[in-house]
Amino acid sequence: MTAAFYVSAAIAVLSTVMAITRADAVHALLYLVVSLLAAASIFYVLGAPFAAVLEVIIYAGAIMVLFVFVVMMLNLGQAATIQERSWIKPRMWIGPAALTAVLMAEVAYVLWASRKGNFAGANVIEAEQVGIAFFGPYLLAVELASMLLLAGLVAACHLGRGDERK
Amino acid sequence: MSPIVSGLLNVVGILIVLVALAAGLTWIERRLLGFWQDRYGPNRAGPFGLLQAVADMIKILFKQDWVPPFADRPVFIIAPAVAMVTVLLAFAVVPVSPSIGIAANLNIGLLFFLAMSSLSVYSIVLAGWASNSKYSLLGGMRAAAQMLSYEVFMGLSVIGVVIIAGSFSLGDIVDAQHRLWFIIPQFLGFVVFVIAGIAETRRLPFDLPEGENELGAGFHTEYSGMKFGMFFVAEYIGIVLISAIITTLFLGGWRGPALPPLLWFLIKTGFFIGFFILLRAALPRPRYDQLMACGWKVMLPLALLNILLTGAVVLADRSPV
Repeated sequence: MTAAFYVSAAIAVLSTVMAITRADAVHALLYLVVSLLAAASIFYVLGAPFAAVLEVIIYAGAIMVLFVFVVMMLNLGQAATIQERSWIKPRMWIGPAALTAVLMAEVAYVLWASRKGNFAGANVIEAEQVGIAFFGPYLLAVELASMLLLAGLVAACHLGRGDERK
Repeated sequence: MSPIVSGLLNVVGILIVLVALAAGLTWIERRLLGFWQDRYGPNRAGPFGLLQAVADMIKILFKQDWVPPFADRPVFIIAPAVAMVTVLLAFAVVPVSPSIGIAANLNIGLLFFLAMSSLSVYSIVLAGWASNSKYSLLGGMRAAAQMLSYEVFMGLSVIGVVIIAGSFSLGDIVDAQHRLWFIIPQFLGFVVFVIAGIAETRRLPFDLPEGENELGAGFHTEYSGMKFGMFFVAEYIGIVLISAIITTLFLGGWRGPALPPLLWFLIKTGFFIGFFILLRAALPRPRYDQLMACGWKVMLPLALLNILLTGAVVLADRSPV
């Protein structure tokens, strides 16, 4: 299980780097999908199967499909790729790279500090426990999220109606 | 037999049977369509035209494997592979019989199936995009919208089954039906699931991503040779998969009197495969806006109503009055 963790972690890091550096939007999105799938397998190895499968269904299977869908509708083509390349200059990388280095240092510190802890499959959290937690102590958060989604739904519905009523 | 050997036998056996079945189904479908439309169908190659599938396979394997110069090469090649991999992976959680099945007791089995069916959208969307042609792009966009919408009801329609069985594991769901098949208490869920299942496999009457009278061949217009063959085989395995899942969720899986479990599973699954082919022979294709409106205005409320009713009944049944 530890090996599975490191393999999927390596895939996640690698595909995320590829997602950032691709000039073609669809290729970048595909690498991001791979990264999400790798993250899902990390969740599974860590003993959260429900979170893992939700990651696949919702992030990889629904949200990213919509992203790809929108990029397809824009029909960017070769010109956009060339433009994107001209925008990504070496000095553009300095700022993000510095911030990422700080984060990396933090992650390395946390890993070093907790190096004796056992992470792989310590205890598996079943879907049932997740559900009980959602509708018990976290009920307020679930309700707030549902209100936010409802507001988004109503707004999308209103915008989608267009000039129908004129 | 050691668990590793029996596990490998299961995996290899199921893979071979599925791919062979998909090839055989092309013949069965054409013969059945011919029967229902009062004609013969393929009957020349071998007895009853049985070798037609082999002839088709030889033809498709020896065709030039061509990638159009205007296509996005890597994505164009990945797309049919995604189609095959997702449907085959989803079969891992189907309990074929008490002893046959790869991961039938996976604690998130049903969710795994839903995850694979949501990933299979990529094959079509990417095929449509990578082909870089109008017809393919339109087919891909239709497919994305259709499959995303129908996935929602598909996921919601099985929640009733999960509530009654108390588990996402398909093995547990089959066990929970030892007294009564879920098709009776969950009839509403069954109807929604079957309709969503047809839409997910993109079969007639929901084959708008292909829509040959308006889009050429839809998302696979630019594909030929075995790459097209992979989409084709994936579609047929998809039919087998949906039939097997319907059987498992609503018809008691391999349970049944007298006959061996494997036979019961094959009979029930075969019935639904036949039903899918009959639908193709019988129903016209709806308009695209009708398809989407039916989904969001009829199926979604029905699925939600089913969850509400099932939850209320289960709760009333459990609480001591």
